[in-house]
Amino acid sequence: MAEAAPKFDPKAHVVGDPIEIPALACGAMAGSKPYVASSAHQQPLGFPGELVENWQEKAVARLGELVDNSRALRVYLDSCVKCGACTDKCHYFLGTGDPKNMPVARQDLLRKVYRRYFTLSGKLVPWLVGAEDLTKEVLDDWYSYFHQCSQCRRCSVFCPYGIDTAEISMAARDIMDTIGLGQKYSNEIIGKVFNIGNNLGLPPKALKATLAGLEEEIEEDTGVPVRLPLDEPGADILFVTPSADFFASPHMEGLIGYAKVMHEAGVKWTFSTYASEAANFGMFVGSQENMQKVALRIRKAAEDLGVKRLVFGECGHAWRVAYSFLDTLAGPFDFLDRDYPVPQHVCEFTYDLMQKGKLRFDKSKNDDFRLTFHDSCNVARASRMGDKPGGQFEIPRAILRATCNHFYDMAPETIGEKTLCCGGGGGLLTDELMDVRIKGAQPRMRALRDVADEHGVTHMAAICAICKAQFSKILPQYGFDMEAIVSVHQMVSNAILLTGSRQAEEYDAQQKPAS
Amino acid sequence: MRTLVFASLFYFASFTLAAGLAFRVWLYARTPAPLKIPTTPAPLTRGGVAVRMAREVVLFESLFKSNKWIWLFGWLFHVSLAAVLFRHLRYFLQPVPALVALEQPIGVLAGFAMVAGLLALWGRRVVVPRIRYISRASDHLMLVLLIAIGGSGLAMKFVTHTDIVSLKAFFLGLMYLDWKPLPDDTILAIHLSLVAALMIIFPFSKLLHAPGVFFSPSRNQADDSRERRHAPRGLLAAGRKG
Ligand code: SF4
Ligand code: SF4
Repeated sequence: MAEAAPKFDPKAHVVGDPIEIPALACGAMAGSKPYVASSAHQQPLGFPGELVENWQEKAVARLGELVDNSRALRVYLDSCVKCGACTDKCHYFLGTGDPKNMPVARQDLLRKVYRRYFTLSGKLVPWLVGAEDLTKEVLDDWYSYFHQCSQCRRCSVFCPYGIDTAEISMAARDIMDTIGLGQKYSNEIIGKVFNIGNNLGLPPKALKATLAGLEEEIEEDTGVPVRLPLDEPGADILFVTPSADFFASPHMEGLIGYAKVMHEAGVKWTFSTYASEAANFGMFVGSQENMQKVALRIRKAAEDLGVKRLVFGECGHAWRVAYSFLDTLAGPFDFLDRDYPVPQHVCEFTYDLMQKGKLRFDKSKNDDFRLTFHDSCNVARASRMGDKPGGQFEIPRAILRATCNHFYDMAPETIGEKTLCCGGGGGLLTDELMDVRIKGAQPRMRALRDVADEHGVTHMAAICAICKAQFSKILPQYGFDMEAIVSVHQMVSNAILLTGSRQAEEYDAQQKPAS
Repeated sequence: MRTLVFASLFYFASFTLAAGLAFRVWLYARTPAPLKIPTTPAPLTRGGVAVRMAREVVLFESLFKSNKWIWLFGWLFHVSLAAVLFRHLRYFLQPVPALVALEQPIGVLAGFAMVAGLLALWGRRVVVPRIRYISRASDHLMLVLLIAIGGSGLAMKFVTHTDIVSLKAFFLGLMYLDWKPLPDDTILAIHLSLVAALMIIFPFSKLLHAPGVFFSPSRNQADDSRERRHAPRGLLAAGRKG
């Protein structure tokens, strides 16, 4: 039963081992639930408007359907040996101590129902194997705890069979949507993408105005007419980025960085209003149909604009969907130029230009930033950059090192493939889940505290819109500056010496006497 | 009578194990894997995946990353089990291959190591609150079963010797349909019943992790989604209009 937990004070928890194992606090987070989607948010996605009458029957049927159509789900539900190796690997468990946030316990919420209805042992001896009927209590638990999983895959790294709790959460959310128990935040956003083209619901006019404003700003600042084209026919590259990049800080500083790089590369590129969103919340809710519908928008925009290449901006799960799923969901992309990766990450794009010696940087412009890098979970554990495994870790760091004099990594057990989620991924970036978001960020905040104390780190860079939005909110809670979170391409933007810019002239003038 | 009971029991157990596993493997193989979901960094090629899988299966690489104690006890148990099973080949093969003969003393040692590993795993299951929390009755009983199998086996080696010659005749008889009597020995009867029980339970329990690991998409897929089109059958094809 839920005990009234004493109020969690983040600042009192910020010092310590990031992966310290908490004592079990049963039921501590049972009350954490997102708002339920209303029928207006359910129906556009093809889901019933409210909990259907025969929900139990429908849920079990849907579970059967999913198991028949996902080898991952079937194998994962069968294979767990309860070894316990994953029990201390979830940031939400580390931050809350609630045992149902241990990955295996989260899986068991679904597994016990699977066993009851789909396995011989669960039908014959449910008490022996922990099989349970799908009751209202179980459904309540699903709604709470499958919305305390950011689908970050950290647990799957450590499981001897690679059991990925993210797959289980997605399946559970799909089932809940199917019976009319959807999550408002994610489903409302998917609806906005269908109606308007992006998560934030920014209409074309607003986009146009924003981009024009940024063009002015850049020219004022550098003296170079850098363009941010929208729906421009004849462009070679369609640039797809999370809509937060058009809207908020520090995302927009990153957007300026992309534009400067594109300018310096001398390519013809454009954004699209129709596909003004890289994010794909269809993945979060586990709905392959909706994920595919969102993905097909990108294909349509690419075809309509007649581009030859696809480049994606800084966004974690968007990059997973783009890198791992896009071709399956919306391919084949025969009409694109196969001399370039399809799709390409903006970090790959920038890194490639760096390798070719086409970008010049004045690192001292970033001397106010003592940086570290937060590996975003979907980039780290569900995608790649470059042509070697692990390029997703090296390429962003190479960019940061090239643009910034001071770079320090956080503790090895908190970065790379073992990186800790920001706490706001997987469709949890909504205010009513603030408690679990704050607690789930504790491991990352501790790792940051460590490098801040040891190396004087002042800023943390990330390549994910959700990470950036989450940290902007969470950092102050833990006693950091809200602006301590920055975009990788913000660092690029600060340091880049655009050909013919004031910055380049100044830099060259300074260098002359020395040489 | 006892011979008849045990003979039928072992036919039934072998059939259940083989048919149950075959069905499960068929089911896994038949179920589509709609999307590419290897846990990255992952190998880029099929060959690389084979190496990754070998490291998982032989060395328990992910478990090693995760928790050194569970790795140590779990690995000890599985490797010892393999050695013990290998040793048991001498009851089923005539003549006994040289390698099996050579391995006998190691196999005996492995018997102890196996039980030690199991006891340690059970200890953790009872003592560590996180693992106790996720354990069901069946998780404890599985360990009890394995420990009892190991214990009864060791007892036959070190406490009361069993008539190995006629035992072997019994099993060869089962295999070649030329039935011979089973020696009258209580510990042997216990050992064999428990083994048969394990074989029957196998395809209906978490022991499915053995075939499961080979079918785990997060481990058995190559990271090549940009290089190679992944277009499986299933739900996704239906979502495309044109
Ligand atoms: S690590 Fe894997 S097998 Fe072990 S308890 Fe967790 S999910 Fe189950
Ligand atoms: S996927 Fe991430 S958030 Fe979900 S259970 Fe695993 S570690 Fe926790």
